[in-house]
Amino acid sequence: MSSIKESGGSPEAASGVSRRGFLEVTGVGGAVVGAVALEEPAHAQQPGKGAALQGPGMVPITLNVNGKALKATVEPRATLLDTLRGPLDHTGAKRVCDRGTCGACTVMMDGKSVYACTVLAIDAQSAKIETVEGLTADLKNDALVNAFVEHDAQQCGYCTPGFMVAAKALLKENPNPTFAQVEAGLSGNLCRCGTYMGLRKAVLAAAKGGRA
Amino acid sequence: MAEYAWPKMSERTLIGKRISRLDGPQKSGGRAKYGSDANPERLLYAAILTSPHSHAKLKSMDFTAAKASPGVTAVVAVTEPGAEVQWEGAILAAVAAETELQARDAIRKIKVDWEILPHLVKDDDVAAAGPSAKPAGEQVQGDPDEAKKSAAFTSSGFYGLPVLTHCCLEPHGQVVQWAGDQITAWPSTQSVSNYAGDLGAQLSVPATAIKVDMDHIGGGFGSKFQSDQWGAFCAQLSKESGGRPVKLFLDRNIELMIAGNRPSHYAKVTVAADASGKLTLWESESWSSGGIGGGNIPPIPYVFTKIPHQRKNHHAIATNNGSQRAWRAPNHPQASYLTCCALDDLAAKMGKDPLELFLSNVDLTTREEAYRRQLGKAAKMIDWSSKWKGRGKNRQGHIARGLGIGINTWGGAGHDSTVKARIHPDGTVEVECGTQDLGVGTRTVMTQVAGETLGLPMDGIRLKIGSNAFPPSGASGGSTTVGAVTSATRIACTDALNLLYEKVSPSLDNTPVENLEARGGRVQVKGNPSKGMSWRDACKKLGVAAVEAQGRNNPRNPRGLNTGGVAGVQMAEVSVDMETGVVSMEKMVAVQDFGLVMNPKTAESQIFGAMIMNICGSLFEERVVDAVTGRMLNAELEFYKLAGAPDIGELVVDMEIDEENDSRGVIGLGEPPTVGGLAAIGNAVTNAIGVRVPMVPLTPRRVLDALSGRNS
Repeated sequence: MSSIKESGGSPEAASGVSRRGFLEVTGVGGAVVGAVALEEPAHAQQPGKGAALQGPGMVPITLNVNGKALKATVEPRATLLDTLRGPLDHTGAKRVCDRGTCGACTVMMDGKSVYACTVLAIDAQSAKIETVEGLTADLKNDALVNAFVEHDAQQCGYCTPGFMVAAKALLKENPNPTFAQVEAGLSGNLCRCGTYMGLRKAVLAAAKGGRA
Repeated sequence: MAEYAWPKMSERTLIGKRISRLDGPQKSGGRAKYGSDANPERLLYAAILTSPHSHAKLKSMDFTAAKASPGVTAVVAVTEPGAEVQWEGAILAAVAAETELQARDAIRKIKVDWEILPHLVKDDDVAAAGPSAKPAGEQVQGDPDEAKKSAAFTSSGFYGLPVLTHCCLEPHGQVVQWAGDQITAWPSTQSVSNYAGDLGAQLSVPATAIKVDMDHIGGGFGSKFQSDQWGAFCAQLSKESGGRPVKLFLDRNIELMIAGNRPSHYAKVTVAADASGKLTLWESESWSSGGIGGGNIPPIPYVFTKIPHQRKNHHAIATNNGSQRAWRAPNHPQASYLTCCALDDLAAKMGKDPLELFLSNVDLTTREEAYRRQLGKAAKMIDWSSKWKGRGKNRQGHIARGLGIGINTWGGAGHDSTVKARIHPDGTVEVECGTQDLGVGTRTVMTQVAGETLGLPMDGIRLKIGSNAFPPSGASGGSTTVGAVTSATRIACTDALNLLYEKVSPSLDNTPVENLEARGGRVQVKGNPSKGMSWRDACKKLGVAAVEAQGRNNPRNPRGLNTGGVAGVQMAEVSVDMETGVVSMEKMVAVQDFGLVMNPKTAESQIFGAMIMNICGSLFEERVVDAVTGRMLNAELEFYKLAGAPDIGELVVDMEIDEENDSRGVIGLGEPPTVGGLAAIGNAVTNAIGVRVPMVPLTPRRVLDALSGRNS
């Protein structure tokens, strides 16, 4: 990154590539690309077809969200999180840090929990995406939802959907976690109100209580 | 005159019960809608240009390229050229565009010309602040010089707490639409009822033309009382974009820089006691900063306000940082830390158990009995008598353990709030109020009160909050909401019920209204339950017209339903790795009185959360600024550190639920439990390692520096 110049408004403007722009260009596991790449087409992997050139303008995409094929038109640099929350109106995942730290945007891709702010929407086209809405589709009979409510694992609730997905992922991989494993399983998510007491209890209770 | 008093503890069916929060499933399942989730038709997105400088004159901005950028619908200046910006992150201009990425692109194309001015961003050295440090004037009580001379024990120390940011997970912002002469706002606000007036004043638009809707808010903690400049300029962007709605929620870095912080506090404190261990002297030189406006003197000595001889000097330091906003229990956590740490150090000087020193001085507080009782309870809960050892004397290998004490007080009486209750002929009930649920369970406790008053189950009440179309309710700050809205709900429902009784009475042999009761889903004659009818049948007597009543909590006459004034004690047990300096929470206990506990489940959550916030503040979080560049170095969540699930240890709460506390009425809980934990943890670490670590957060570096005699 170049140094801050006085001509620009923000340092991001001065350097020509923002932290966000950097992510938007490289995606997860992508190679480091310079600012010039902002004007270059992005490469989206399409299984069986090799690399296809897309962008830099709006491109049509199809995402498999909660078992449904949903269409949207986004720029190649749009994150999965912003695409879910905006064009697709799936607002359960929240944008809090937007830097892969807090976990509020956690969704499942092909059965694994990911931070949706660190994934580009075009890169998610081949994946099976499950959001909190889909993972708790049967809201009244969901063991984890019921445990979250019973043990009051929420206050303002803004981080809660992310914790819900993290807890689902934890119990999927480890249906009978120890207390320490629950703590570790939730440690990729942050809460400002301080609901960890209820969260720990809820996940343990749901693990013992069967389907989650 | 109707009887509004709370039912006796033994007769309650909903009030005081551990009832799960009503919106829990919606929140857990991601269905709850926040302002930031609003996606109205034809939505535009805004982006902002902010100052990279902490002090500079904005000479000019050129919007030409931004206006021509793809997708842009409007560009507005927020800071006029010629003005000085006083902190990093100050908003200069805003753009609305079809997509957020297009808006951000346009922002990058704005050309800015600056004249950079000297800045001061560090607040920890009062001498270095020069003329930016303004003295507040000396306050003297008694004869501090004589008290110092005649003291049997004297202890002096330095203690400090840095600036924290509110760090609400839902950033500040709103969706707003200004179409024709009507404005609709979907904000994130702690004050639904006052938002329209505040935004209207900024825009010269009547409050009556502004509609405000907010089902849920993702954290406020005292920082979301106003509509803010972003409310106004986004409305302007909407108007200039043909009335299309505009969304802006601050990016995390800007959120942490400009959307609220808790001021710092630093103090050199001298305390003294006589030979019997009675406190005689408080002397402090303190300073604080909450940005360009400086910072107020905290209420020190905290709780032990009757220390006879006092001398206090304070400096407010104006710094080039974003401005402070009310933080849960403004200035109290800092005051508690400064006071309780000084007393703990004095006890060590005397060779005394600090618990004894606190206990033997409770007569210097205004609630002697409460603090004596709570200190005893908390000590028992944490097993103080067998676990407490002298400073640095509880060590096994490289792990040292320690215990510490912190105390709190707060007001918490209910604010001015009005509730409307309407009973329909089909038996359904609506309760409406322009309040907001910050996550404390406001919806749930209001429904409990309505159900209890009308003898109905929770699902017999349709509660509606979060709109300025409903009766006005105060801002949620200062622990004033639950006392207010439960009292107003009680009054409204009682009065509506009396209107129903009047219609029912003729069918029950004209039994006087005061001899009727509603319980268990029936309206019946008191003492003769068989003489009555089901709630549904009773409501049919209304004919075709609903009955409705308004109830108001008048803070000047709360009718005994709510009050203020609480005490609390927290104690912490920590372990410290003497080789790495890492502090681990073992256990923390809280004893808190807050009158009638409406819902022990949600109240306990709130106390747990407050304790965890104290763990954050004592071990992890601080705003880090760079003196040379004037910039915040950790304006994101990777290095603005909060506690996670594995960091909290075991937490235990005693809410002092008993007849005596209950009889005081409802008292708010948001502030007090956020106060004492910093001192409890700070003192526990000092007790463990044998030396004072003056500054929180107690990071490994600060712990190791204290152990090696360095001052970091």
